[in-house]
Amino acid sequence: MTRTIMPFGPQHPVLPEPIHLDLELEDEIVVGARPSIGYVHRGLEKLCETRDYTEFTFVAERVCGICSFIHGMTYCQGIEELLGVAIPPRAQYLRVVWSELSRLHSHLLWLGLLADAFGFEALFMQSWRLRELVLDCIELTTGGRVIFSSACPGGVRRDVTPDQAAFIRGKLTELEQRLGEIVPAFLNDPAVRQRLAGVGVITRQQAETLGAVGPVARASGVAMDMRTSLRYAAYDELPVEPIIANDGDCLARCRVRIGELTQSIGLIRTALDRLPAGELAVKVTGNPTGDIFARAEQPRGEVIYHLKGNGTKFLQRFRVRTPTFANLPALLAMLPGSALADVPVLVLTIDPCISCTER
Amino acid sequence: MALFTFAKTALRNLLQGPCTERYPFVRRTMPAGVRGALQFEQATCIYCGICAKKCPTGALKVDRATKTWSINRLRCISCNYCVAACSKKCLQLDTAHMAPAQTRDREVHTAPAPPPAS
Repeated sequence: MTRTIMPFGPQHPVLPEPIHLDLELEDEIVVGARPSIGYVHRGLEKLCETRDYTEFTFVAERVCGICSFIHGMTYCQGIEELLGVAIPPRAQYLRVVWSELSRLHSHLLWLGLLADAFGFEALFMQSWRLRELVLDCIELTTGGRVIFSSACPGGVRRDVTPDQAAFIRGKLTELEQRLGEIVPAFLNDPAVRQRLAGVGVITRQQAETLGAVGPVARASGVAMDMRTSLRYAAYDELPVEPIIANDGDCLARCRVRIGELTQSIGLIRTALDRLPAGELAVKVTGNPTGDIFARAEQPRGEVIYHLKGNGTKFLQRFRVRTPTFANLPALLAMLPGSALADVPVLVLTIDPCISCTER
Repeated sequence: MALFTFAKTALRNLLQGPCTERYPFVRRTMPAGVRGALQFEQATCIYCGICAKKCPTGALKVDRATKTWSINRLRCISCNYCVAACSKKCLQLDTAHMAPAQTRDREVHTAPAPPPAS
């Protein structure tokens, strides 16, 4: 049988960002895939040499437009650890609130994109409509819809007032009610299940061997969540357990993310209830020396920051290992054997963030 | 397994009509604290240059000698860092929409020359 090489991307209707895959096909079946990345490389890591470490928070936040707060927060965690700074409890709780709002809007965005990938336009629009509820909360509390600019080394730059907390609670209640309308369409609809169930299976062993992270690993039964492993920010005082599924297919990955939506809503409510009074930030003085790995759980999985300071106000080295990069081997393992028509859904189920990956 | 899982929602959306605002006929009231365009108040500025020094994108330039403050609107990321750093509180982030930029020119504010001593 003759083999065909088919280019998938970098421009493709289902891809919000450019990634290129060379798909090796036998008839309609994929037998191999080779990725190439680098279309949106912006050289952000090099900027650490010309922006002082406080200003660089704004650059770190712009690594990604969806998990921007968690990028900024992880960077700040690294700087704080290098400088030996402990941030105030209120800042820790506010970081949790904003991290979980970030996770909510990222997962709702993903659900919409997935619905778009399997051709359910109304479900796509409805998911993004729900996402607006979360964006309203983010806009009110941070001043931006997707770029928060609210984390800084030493704490946070903005407070959440009691009125704003009540607004968030109201929106979360509305979101919870409306989620009940779209979740059955993702999990129970026979047409949707046909596109997701049993497609792109990654076994637990494969997930561990290939180094998958985040919902991709958790959908294969690997109970790995940095919020529970590292207990950073205020996660050590909040009830959080990894949401796992065992099937390892696209439906399991969808189920994990839907479970995390409910979990995040609960976490925000608990964090707002327990929000301690006190300072928002402590003053950070001195210049970072030595190197450090800072890690956090993004909506897409574990992000690793490597920061190296040389005693000046500029970092010597800044390096990010993003969750999408860690999930690419898992994607390449799930593609062989699948039908060409399933490739867009498979690519989307790792929730690819190419601008993160290429920085 | 359930059939027509989305029918109720789709029907309700159909009867309710669009949920979006009819911009530009209806303009949204932005919540206070939204980070919009940077506003400069010339009267209180002492041209110390701290804002330009802090700006992460290099959008601001301040010349003390000529008492000039300028901004490249296309580079400004509305991060609020200059506003927090300004000791004279002459910078503010507006919540309103800004008119689209027609050119890449810098917006320059120069202090008026002092009146001649009589």
